[in-house]
Amino acid sequence: MVFERIKRWWGAGRPPWQSPKPSPKPLNDPAASASRAESAAPPGLRDRYNLTEEEYRRIVGLLGRRPNDVELNIFSVMWSEHCSYKSSKIHLKKFPTTGARVLQGPGENAGVVDIGDGWAVAMKIESHNHPSFIEPYQGAATGVGGILRDIFTMGARPVALMDSLRMGPLEDPANRRLLDGVVRGIAGYGNCVGIPTVGGELVIQEMHSRNPLVNVLCAGVLRADRLLRAVAAGPGNRVVYMGSRTGRDGIHGATMASAQFESGDEDKRPNVQVGDPFMEKKLLEACLELIGQGLLVGLQDMGAAGLTSSSVEMASRAGTGLRLELDRVPQREEKMTPQEICLSESQERMLAVVSPDRLPAVEAVCRKWDVETAVIGEVTTTGRWELFWHGAAAASLPIRALTDDAPVYERPMKTPAYVQLLQSLPLEMMPVPGDLTKVLLTMLASPSLASKAWIYQQYDHMVGTNTVVPPGADAAVVRIGHADKAIALSVDGNSRYCLLNPYLGGAIAVIEGARNVSCVGATPLAVTDCLNFGSPEQPETMWQFAACVEGMADACRQLGLPVISGNVSLYNETNGQPIYPSPVVGTLGLLDRPGRPDRIVGPSFQSEGDLILLLGPQGDALGGSEYLRLIHHQERGLLPDVDIAQELAVQQACRALIAAGLAGSAHDCAEGGLAVALAESALGTVTPSTPRGMGAVVSLPGAAHLRTDGVLFGEWQSRIILTIQEDRLEEASKILSSASAPWTVIGRVGGGRLTISVAASTSSPAAAPAGRPVIDIDLTALHTTWRLGLPQQMGDAS
Amino acid sequence: MRVGVVVFPGSNCDQDCLWALEARGIEAVPLWHKDDSVQGCGAVVLPGGFSYGDYLRCGAIARLSPIMAAIDRHAKSGGVVVGICNGFQILTEAGLLPGSLLRNTGLRFICRPVFVRVEQTASALTRDCRAGQVLSLPIAHAEGRYWLEEPALRDLEERGQVILRYCSSDGRVDAADNPNGALNGIAGVCNRDGNVVGLMPHPERAVDARLGGTDGLCLIDSLVRAASSATGPALRAAAPV
Repeated sequence: MVFERIKRWWGAGRPPWQSPKPSPKPLNDPAASASRAESAAPPGLRDRYNLTEEEYRRIVGLLGRRPNDVELNIFSVMWSEHCSYKSSKIHLKKFPTTGARVLQGPGENAGVVDIGDGWAVAMKIESHNHPSFIEPYQGAATGVGGILRDIFTMGARPVALMDSLRMGPLEDPANRRLLDGVVRGIAGYGNCVGIPTVGGELVIQEMHSRNPLVNVLCAGVLRADRLLRAVAAGPGNRVVYMGSRTGRDGIHGATMASAQFESGDEDKRPNVQVGDPFMEKKLLEACLELIGQGLLVGLQDMGAAGLTSSSVEMASRAGTGLRLELDRVPQREEKMTPQEICLSESQERMLAVVSPDRLPAVEAVCRKWDVETAVIGEVTTTGRWELFWHGAAAASLPIRALTDDAPVYERPMKTPAYVQLLQSLPLEMMPVPGDLTKVLLTMLASPSLASKAWIYQQYDHMVGTNTVVPPGADAAVVRIGHADKAIALSVDGNSRYCLLNPYLGGAIAVIEGARNVSCVGATPLAVTDCLNFGSPEQPETMWQFAACVEGMADACRQLGLPVISGNVSLYNETNGQPIYPSPVVGTLGLLDRPGRPDRIVGPSFQSEGDLILLLGPQGDALGGSEYLRLIHHQERGLLPDVDIAQELAVQQACRALIAAGLAGSAHDCAEGGLAVALAESALGTVTPSTPRGMGAVVSLPGAAHLRTDGVLFGEWQSRIILTIQEDRLEEASKILSSASAPWTVIGRVGGGRLTISVAASTSSPAAAPAGRPVIDIDLTALHTTWRLGLPQQMGDAS
Repeated sequence: MRVGVVVFPGSNCDQDCLWALEARGIEAVPLWHKDDSVQGCGAVVLPGGFSYGDYLRCGAIARLSPIMAAIDRHAKSGGVVVGICNGFQILTEAGLLPGSLLRNTGLRFICRPVFVRVEQTASALTRDCRAGQVLSLPIAHAEGRYWLEEPALRDLEERGQVILRYCSSDGRVDAADNPNGALNGIAGVCNRDGNVVGLMPHPERAVDARLGGTDGLCLIDSLVRAASSATGPALRAAAPV
């Protein structure tokens, strides 16, 4: 047991919180607090503003007066969970966020790491769950738009998108409509702007029928000395509005994203914004040109909570004040009110801070790209956020009150009751199926494990001519500027693991991300995370959240990976039914081999006759596996623990073998276990030009006391399947033993079938496969099942 | 000789085209859509992307850009013009090439490598290829279904203006290998003189083995040679295939 802290949360020890703490008080109470009499809350506080009476009293205390309606609306969005992180903040502090390569950690639009030779990479992942449920196409499309702006506001040119999609079972036409709309939305936006979507994941789980998750990651590249921050610095500097005009769309989107859904919430459609990818493309080019010419002091996307949040955050970071003339904001609709302008979440808008002498140059660049601009205010020294409407004051608030003085909660936590039940796994009630080939076919036909080509072929994953490892691998690889340097990206997270053991599940999400990028040969550098959970007001959910974050933080520390950016999405529940705890981890890896850019591998077998090696431990534990879910309809059991030293050794050995040019292919052993990983490595060899593909003959080491289905489909961590030319095995074995990674030769690439047997003993299985094959199938048949699994479920097989 | 790559607002393969040309040692320059000259370029490439967001109809707004008048003059004086994907759509909207590109039959965006067969080697884009040669090239479009009404379609075929056709890996043309429902499996066409060419696949994405193939090189090389030799009408002189 390497993760000592797990005992605090799970298993041997007792969980730290057995019962809820008393009702939460904010940890940071303001000095002055209003009495009950002078702060009687206005009607509809909870429904209209999503604020508690306690929070209202806090506002009155901070201002020393009652807020007017505009101001209360501003507090409503700025103090929403989505903008203020009031429930998650204290937990997020556990993440390591610094490192030698970190140029920008959390708190900006995106995190930035140095990748050497003057280059840097900006990266962030963000959710658009609530909007995508209400209007899948626009919800997902504007999710892409938002994350792209987060990247290019830093001065980085976006080079890759990835998506993590969690949907309900596709037997239900409503879920098919959701998935179809979301994929079309991501495609419609990303393809148009011309940023390749290079990979992602699809997870099907009952709980997502009313709560789909749509998380989108973007990475961008910049010259490290061109990094721009979103600061409203320099009193007297002008605040310049750029991009689309402001309409009434998306008003209170951030507040919506901070509440759970109830039946009939389809009425919230007007809260969803509409995307204009063409404007985004022009805005992207204009902004990068402005930054390239050094014309901006600061730049910020108007995302959640629109003009309000963007301007307040910029002033907060710089410690300045802002004076904004709202009537100067370009408007799309007539008779808009000040508060509508403040809260609109119209897309494709940016806020720039510009020194007055640079204004003409800024306007010229924007004219070139047909991007509208308007000077709407200036930076002040007051520390206040002052709004004017045709010359009259509309609101005047201390910026601190909106940001640093927002309430911070330590929400009560409670170990959920399901824990005891789900930990037990009565395997004796689940006999080993007689036909394991059929089991493999069933699993490969399920959307979670089937080919995702139906999705990624709708995405332009090649635009930019830098996608070296396209979708379908453990990690995608995108080279930097057509040169030898490249980055690897992966998104990962297993919510079932996190349900069964949130601490270990969180840790595994980080560990597996690092393993994914190691499988293409990249060194993991940093992570970004999107934490999707239910309502923080439920003590059980808060317990899951805290445990997950702690597991992730510990794993990050063990692997030396800083968390450079992220997003928290709470209230993912409908009618009181929360989703499984679903952290999604985006991992950035670096491939830097001047002159040897070919030393990158994918998951597919390369040559007939190659030896297949299994790096990592062996066993038959089935707890939490995809196999149990798909075949025995059980989501329970203990997760196999992770030996972190072994994990690091395996990842390091894999990277070293690839760097030495010894590995032909490498593939992470994840959902579906060894059998599915082997099948995937074989399936990738079937192409239109090589329709027969390359199969394999494999003999897995077993033992009398091990279950055959566990050996085939159990999901131990720290395992990689790797292929090596036979005559280079000795060379490889030296690297493997110097890394102290356990390894075994388990078979050989070749033939048109996938044949797997489980040996009774572990003696030299490659030489003479022992025992009768438990899986034996023609690769073409297996490929058809795997290829058609998703399109058939979507009713789109052709 | 240099090659110009037009940048419309919403073009997104312009940099890829510039890179692919430069990687072949060719001087390649961007041409801004608001310009009214092709700056002395021997060949002009209209790259892929979503010019003007493809709002209204693909290519319908881009054809009204100032640069298009210059491209029209360039084409009519025998200069080489190549439209790739969105560029092909613009050329049909501008009337420089016959036909239209309609929504794919599957009603989805498709991004994957396909096989195409070279049908005509007398065009500016295929003169370095062999007739019947099968190329693997990526496509990435939602509106690529080539359509032309009769009798113009028959005329196009008879004059040998179809330069590329979707096919199987061994060169058979049938419905199963047609990704978007294009009439007669048409993936690329040229004008009667062979100097104006449009195609849906992206040759600039197939010039580097690290990106999965180099079958686009013969197309890029053809384009450059055609532009340098400037022999005038090529196809009209050639015998129909």
